[in-house]
Amino acid sequence: MSENAEDKAVSIPAQSDGAEASSTDTKASGTATLSKDAAPGETLLKVTGLQKHFPIKKGLLQRQVGAVRAVDGLDFEVRSGETLGVVGESGCGKSTMGRLITRLLEPTAGKIEFEGKDITHLGVSGMRPMRRDVQMIFQDPYSSLNPRHTIGTIVGAPFRLQGVEPEGGVKKEVQRLLSVVGLNPEHYNRYPHEFSGGQRQRIGIARALALKPKLVVADEPVSALDVSIQAQVVNLMDDLQEELGLTYVIIAHDLSVVRHVSDRIAVMYLGKIVELADRDSLYRAPMHPYTKALMSAVPIPDPRRKSAKSERILLKGDVPSPIAPPSGCRFHTRCWKATEICRTTEPVLLELQPGQRVACHHPENFEDQAPQDTVLLTAAKEAAELVADEVLAESAETSAAVAAELAEETAEASAEASAADTPADTAEESARENTPAEASDAGSDSEAGSATGSETESQESTDK
Amino acid sequence: MLAYLIRRLFAAAVMLVVIILVVFSIFFLVPKWAGVDIATSFVGKQADPHAVAAVREKLGLSDPIYAQVWHFFKGIFVGRTYSAGGDVTHCAAPCFGYSFRSEQAVWPVLTDRFPVTLGLALGAAVLWLVFGVAAGVLSALKRGSLWDRGAMVVALSGVSLPIYFTGLLASAIFVFGLKWFNGQYVSISDSFSGYFEGMILPWITLAFLYAAMYARITRATMMEILGEDYIRTARAKGLTERVVISKHAMRSTMTPILTMLGMDLGALIGGAILTETTFSIPGLGQAVLTAIKNQDLPIILGVTLITSLAVLLANLAVDVLYAVIDPRVRLS
Amino acid sequence: MTELSKTGAAVGEPTDASSAPTSFLEVRDLKVHFPTDDGLVKSVDGLSFKLEKGKTLGIVGESGSGKSVTSLGIMGLHTAGQYGKRKAQISGEIWLNGTELLSADPDHVRRMRGREMAMIFQDPLSALHPYYTIGAQIVEAYRIHHDVDKKTAKRRAVEMLDRVGIPQPDKRVDSYPHEFSGGMRQRAMIAMSLVNNPELLIADEPTTALDVTVQAQILDLIRDLQKEFGSAVIIITHDLGVVAELADDILVMYGGRCVERGPAEKVFYEPRHPYTWGLLGSMPRLDRDQQERLIPVKGSPPSLINIPSGCAFNPRCPYADVPKDNLTRTVRPELTEVADKHWAACHMSQEQRERIWTEEIAPKL
Repeated sequence: MSENAEDKAVSIPAQSDGAEASSTDTKASGTATLSKDAAPGETLLKVTGLQKHFPIKKGLLQRQVGAVRAVDGLDFEVRSGETLGVVGESGCGKSTMGRLITRLLEPTAGKIEFEGKDITHLGVSGMRPMRRDVQMIFQDPYSSLNPRHTIGTIVGAPFRLQGVEPEGGVKKEVQRLLSVVGLNPEHYNRYPHEFSGGQRQRIGIARALALKPKLVVADEPVSALDVSIQAQVVNLMDDLQEELGLTYVIIAHDLSVVRHVSDRIAVMYLGKIVELADRDSLYRAPMHPYTKALMSAVPIPDPRRKSAKSERILLKGDVPSPIAPPSGCRFHTRCWKATEICRTTEPVLLELQPGQRVACHHPENFEDQAPQDTVLLTAAKEAAELVADEVLAESAETSAAVAAELAEETAEASAEASAADTPADTAEESARENTPAEASDAGSDSEAGSATGSETESQESTDK
Repeated sequence: MLAYLIRRLFAAAVMLVVIILVVFSIFFLVPKWAGVDIATSFVGKQADPHAVAAVREKLGLSDPIYAQVWHFFKGIFVGRTYSAGGDVTHCAAPCFGYSFRSEQAVWPVLTDRFPVTLGLALGAAVLWLVFGVAAGVLSALKRGSLWDRGAMVVALSGVSLPIYFTGLLASAIFVFGLKWFNGQYVSISDSFSGYFEGMILPWITLAFLYAAMYARITRATMMEILGEDYIRTARAKGLTERVVISKHAMRSTMTPILTMLGMDLGALIGGAILTETTFSIPGLGQAVLTAIKNQDLPIILGVTLITSLAVLLANLAVDVLYAVIDPRVRLS
Repeated sequence: MTELSKTGAAVGEPTDASSAPTSFLEVRDLKVHFPTDDGLVKSVDGLSFKLEKGKTLGIVGESGSGKSVTSLGIMGLHTAGQYGKRKAQISGEIWLNGTELLSADPDHVRRMRGREMAMIFQDPLSALHPYYTIGAQIVEAYRIHHDVDKKTAKRRAVEMLDRVGIPQPDKRVDSYPHEFSGGMRQRAMIAMSLVNNPELLIADEPTTALDVTVQAQILDLIRDLQKEFGSAVIIITHDLGVVAELADDILVMYGGRCVERGPAEKVFYEPRHPYTWGLLGSMPRLDRDQQERLIPVKGSPPSLINIPSGCAFNPRCPYADVPKDNLTRTVRPELTEVADKHWAACHMSQEQRERIWTEEIAPKL
């Protein structure tokens, strides 16, 4: 019934109240002019300063005591015809990002432009014409399809919701879509439970394609599927992109899948993009230490490289909480290259090389952005302990090695210096972090003691 | 944990005030809006106009509504004196109103009747918990067996048979046929054994109804819990099946049962009207039934309030127990 | 390679003699069937393998291939806690350290669980009881098999938590599972399974629910602990990367049977079964240059109620018509030794498979 009501609202805009009608009108004209299609390579979606904070309420009066900063300032654009891959670990905000750009969630701040039009705060009715152009494919093919509806109804739903009558009727169009995604059109009247996981994901894709969208946002489209089926769906999405000129934003945690499908890739960490680059540069020469660690963590299906374990960068611990993200660079608590500046100053996402944007003070495979800052943070030393020797040797030209050499002589001086530099309240803290040697002399802190151990270790490694 | 508790208590208090306001407006405002003179309902329809006028003045029914609400609330804490001319009636705190039909304050009626109903509800609850949960667990463990099917048939009949049917049947067999029990209610202060003898049939009858529901919910929950991963982990540790069931599975099964228990106990205290009537037990249910027959509004109002309070307290107790059982609740 | 197979010896030929085996773990013709309303689900249908102490066997397969059912079968968890009339039907032999588990007294097997064989599950959040502290759960696991007081057991729990890399173990021992992160939970789970120094550790998709950087930590931990404790490890996964990382030998399962098994290098570099080729081709690889297209396996995994006759893989196999006389659809292929310690179940001749692999498949990977 509600569906019908929505139908009417769309098909007879004159009946809805004036303001809404006019807004839909402008939108309709907007899409009309844009139906010429943006030429490949033109910006289809542009996101600036996008934020989403989920409030946390606590205490007697349920006051807001903080926020989960799921997405905390994203800038990127999606070009027409390309595939943008978004990778990151759970909790990095990649799924929230997907829901924001499809406007399933209301952004806290920032701006989303689709085909040059600001859609950041469009309401349900304002978004409706936009929904034709932006579609979403979900992760779980089991729960995203209504078990009580036939697949004919499911795939045909967008037509009814948008009040669109395709050429030759809904049924014929749905059957065409089913055959496009490799399903038997005669299965029109079957229910989702009669299909396997891979087939259900195809149904989800058929539904997303029904209105010939321009942008398809796929949130983990293959992660619930078996390996052999994954490949089928990946290939299908590839083919559809070529045939229909689709633009994809593919969100996934699997770096191999993302590399396979994407033209450009954004790496997210704790609600921020740390690196955004075209696929080949990113995988050949990652600049952000996190990207590097992430890629080295992927198990390689090659038993001959089992012994080459030492290439791996083992990150210590878990991703910090997005409620209270670390200051400065959010990765500094786990980074083996982090120095004082990483703790105090947030790095900006800069285009260091054509097509490769990185937010890091001490990028890999590139000249150091903060060469004057050489003293490693305690956390970085602990992390370095876990990083294999080769990795350290490789980045010897950057701060890690320098710091190890200088650590002893500069420890005291830098502690003083940083105490002078930093505001009084953090001075003590930074002093403690900067002078593990001192702390362990006092024999008070076991953590500092182990840090000293690692320090000597890294020194040894550089001696080699 | 403490903040959680305080928050729950605070919520309960707010809830209670809201309930009082709602109940008050139903009983005092609705008849007013409907054009019915409330005063007549306090003294009876055939009362002469003078008596009605006296009652109206005495109850302050011509006062503005907020004043009436204020008097009512004040009465609960400091008592209240009704007076019209020389006719003065004092109602000591806590004053939940005064019944001019039966010429008594409401509070003493509630305090007399409440323990009787509480005894009925608690006794029955012990029985249904023990037998219902045990039957449910056994059914879950022997699913598909003759026992399981038998137990579920009995449970179904327990749920579907009305209490006056099972109650009368039980009375007919055990009191009048076999003469095993004396069917009379005896106050516990008069005779301890007499109380039990009088209450055993009402307990069993009431418990039969609820045990059936508890058996079904226990069976379903237990079967679900037995499929959980952590049960498999418990077995993989090498625990005996007895420990797996009684420790790991039971603790999880208790949560939905507790939720139900809180609701049911609260509701029962509000009036096991059918049971009390069937077995002539002088509890709240019987009092409210008589009050309805006599259009004795203050009594109905009082019982409604005490019921709401009972439900609230029972749910509060459940929430606290919940937090004790499930550590995840303490945090959120 | 030859060196590996000499020392490995984890995969042996299927034997019919029902004498006590010499291997640490030997599974012979294991069948696990579940009766359901729709028919008999043949989850595992005749599986045999051997595993030595200190070695790691990787079992690879898609969902429904019977890999998890196999592991639960070894642990005896299909018979423990089976309620109702529809019990799993298990046959075959499972020899662990000289004891045949399927015919042994269930209480004896129960006492071996946790002490001689332990298991790590896929999702550590659901595999840990939400109402008990991590410490209490580890203490319980220890005290079933060791007659010690709670204090001693708790000290042992702290020690284990420390060993698996949980910071501040003496404080974290009193935390509840929901207070841990995913990786920490899996560490705690590993601590719990190793608390009794089991000789056999089965890890069922131990890293599937974890992020890739945490996965790397956990795989590292499992490897180190195996070295330290010298246990035999079975790692069950769908991820060929994980298997390559840990396993000495690999067993590929399809439709409840083993289609190929052998030393890891052989299975990766000279696979001799079309399904293994399919798995390798479906997988995008970070260590190679960008492939233009993946080579998927067509169709979907078979229903375990109606396993295709003949070779279970025949409806999805691109080479089903290579053997003559419709052999693939009528006769079930047996495992045959294609090289030293390397077995595959396929009707195609050795030469045919070698040619297809080297000429058609390998160049495209």
